[in-house]
Amino acid sequence: MFEAFRTIVSRDLLLAMRRRSDVLTTLFFFVIVVSLFPLGIGPELDTLRLIAPGVFWVAALLASMLALEKLFFVDYQDGALEQMLLAPQPLSILVLGKVLAHWLVTGLPLVLLSPLLGLQYDLPGDTIITMMITLLVGTPALSLIGAIGAALTLGLRGGGVLVSLLVLPLYIPVLIFGAGAVEAEASGLGGAGHLSMLGAILLLSILAAPLATSAALRISAE
Amino acid sequence: MVNIYKFASPATFYPVAGKIARVSTWIAVLLLAVGLYMSFFVAPTDYKQGEGYRIIFIHVPAAWMSMFIYVVMAFWAGVGLVFNTRLSSMMAQALAPTGAIMTFIALWTGAFWGKPMWGAWWVWDARLTSELILFFLYIGFIALQGAIDDTRRADRAGAVLLLVGVVNIPIIYFSVKWWNTLHQGASVSIKNGSAMSTIMLQTMLIMTFAFWAYSIAVALYRVRSIILEREKDARWVSELPEIRR
Amino acid sequence: MKSVSEFFSMGGYALYVWGSFGVTALLMIIEPILVHQRRKAVLQRISRLIRIKSEQNS
Repeated sequence: MFEAFRTIVSRDLLLAMRRRSDVLTTLFFFVIVVSLFPLGIGPELDTLRLIAPGVFWVAALLASMLALEKLFFVDYQDGALEQMLLAPQPLSILVLGKVLAHWLVTGLPLVLLSPLLGLQYDLPGDTIITMMITLLVGTPALSLIGAIGAALTLGLRGGGVLVSLLVLPLYIPVLIFGAGAVEAEASGLGGAGHLSMLGAILLLSILAAPLATSAALRISAE
Repeated sequence: MVNIYKFASPATFYPVAGKIARVSTWIAVLLLAVGLYMSFFVAPTDYKQGEGYRIIFIHVPAAWMSMFIYVVMAFWAGVGLVFNTRLSSMMAQALAPTGAIMTFIALWTGAFWGKPMWGAWWVWDARLTSELILFFLYIGFIALQGAIDDTRRADRAGAVLLLVGVVNIPIIYFSVKWWNTLHQGASVSIKNGSAMSTIMLQTMLIMTFAFWAYSIAVALYRVRSIILEREKDARWVSELPEIRR
Repeated sequence: MKSVSEFFSMGGYALYVWGSFGVTALLMIIEPILVHQRRKAVLQRISRLIRIKSEQNS
């Protein structure tokens, strides 16, 4: 079972490395969205510091949604998905592997790049570290929840827009606690409470989201 | 014991739904008449909010119904997923537009109540925000159903979405509530201040039952159309008296 | 007994009260009409289907 999980992860990573443009698209989308806000709002550093947590988190939300459409679509087209449905290993394990690979490719780069963008917003060091931790805990939850939407809309016309409609409302708790933790830390209240809620959401989505995703995949690929 | 499976067949449910819908239409009309009369002529003017508080008599019932309908939809969708009964999935589909309309009414009346009471059309109050998210969930379900051509897949995919949504609603509600209490600025409590008098509570309950009966009637009339659309080739449909040959 | 105009002014809250009740009433009238139209459309379609079938058979 663990073997299958590892095979899926390394296979998806290999495939992603072959087509690097997809990875870079997500990353640059994140960078551009974050950099656009000062242009729209104005360069006052006090204001920017205030809005930074919200801006970073909304940008991460949108960026993680951008790549969702491709999560199962390639496998669906070339028939690999049907093989996974028939495989002896539980489908949710395979789904978890695919989501992990997807997060490593699209989520982790955002986490690693966020300190650099944090400097653009003149955030102090502590806040940047908190921001990185919340993104590290939060973006996997986004990928897991998003996978449900991607599986439900598999192969539908206009699937990309539909996915955002289905998934964005479900992202709201992650957004609230993610941005809230950074804000609380920045204002000196301490973001531990928010962070543990974010962790609880991540745990819950690791347990529940792969089940819902595999149910949705079976329905969509039937 | 009544045979449940008999009623689970569209052919037997179709006439039953028609009868129940007719009865609940009359109940809805009657209760709406009584409820509206009570909300405008019997319920006294509120000493704090004046006549403006009368919006409560549609706002609260609509908000209750919007949440209740979502749970009922999730229940029917779950039944459809587990027991593979087509009828329960059709029921979930028939309830969705009514639920979305109830949510819209709750939002609209919330805004019209908020303006005189809080001085703004929209306040990021926890309840109002959750209601907005509920509206998005309804729209998502309706859009998903519309995008899938294969009815079987639409039923089952919709069911998964509803079940995921119903698990998420409490999480969303509590996170919004926490978010709201942290940002003190916008938090306004409605219920504190003026204690509800008995007559107001009675009026609100009558209006709630009226909205309930209305929702049942509209959803059942809609499910009859859905049954006909899906069973158009069945023999019993061609033998219905309402079909002109 | 209140006068009619006094009733409609709702103690200064006319816009809000009638705005709420009016839109609610409008939606609760439109929705049944839409449901009725959907039923009429599906009945018409089935009637046509049956007519086509019986013409093909004869």
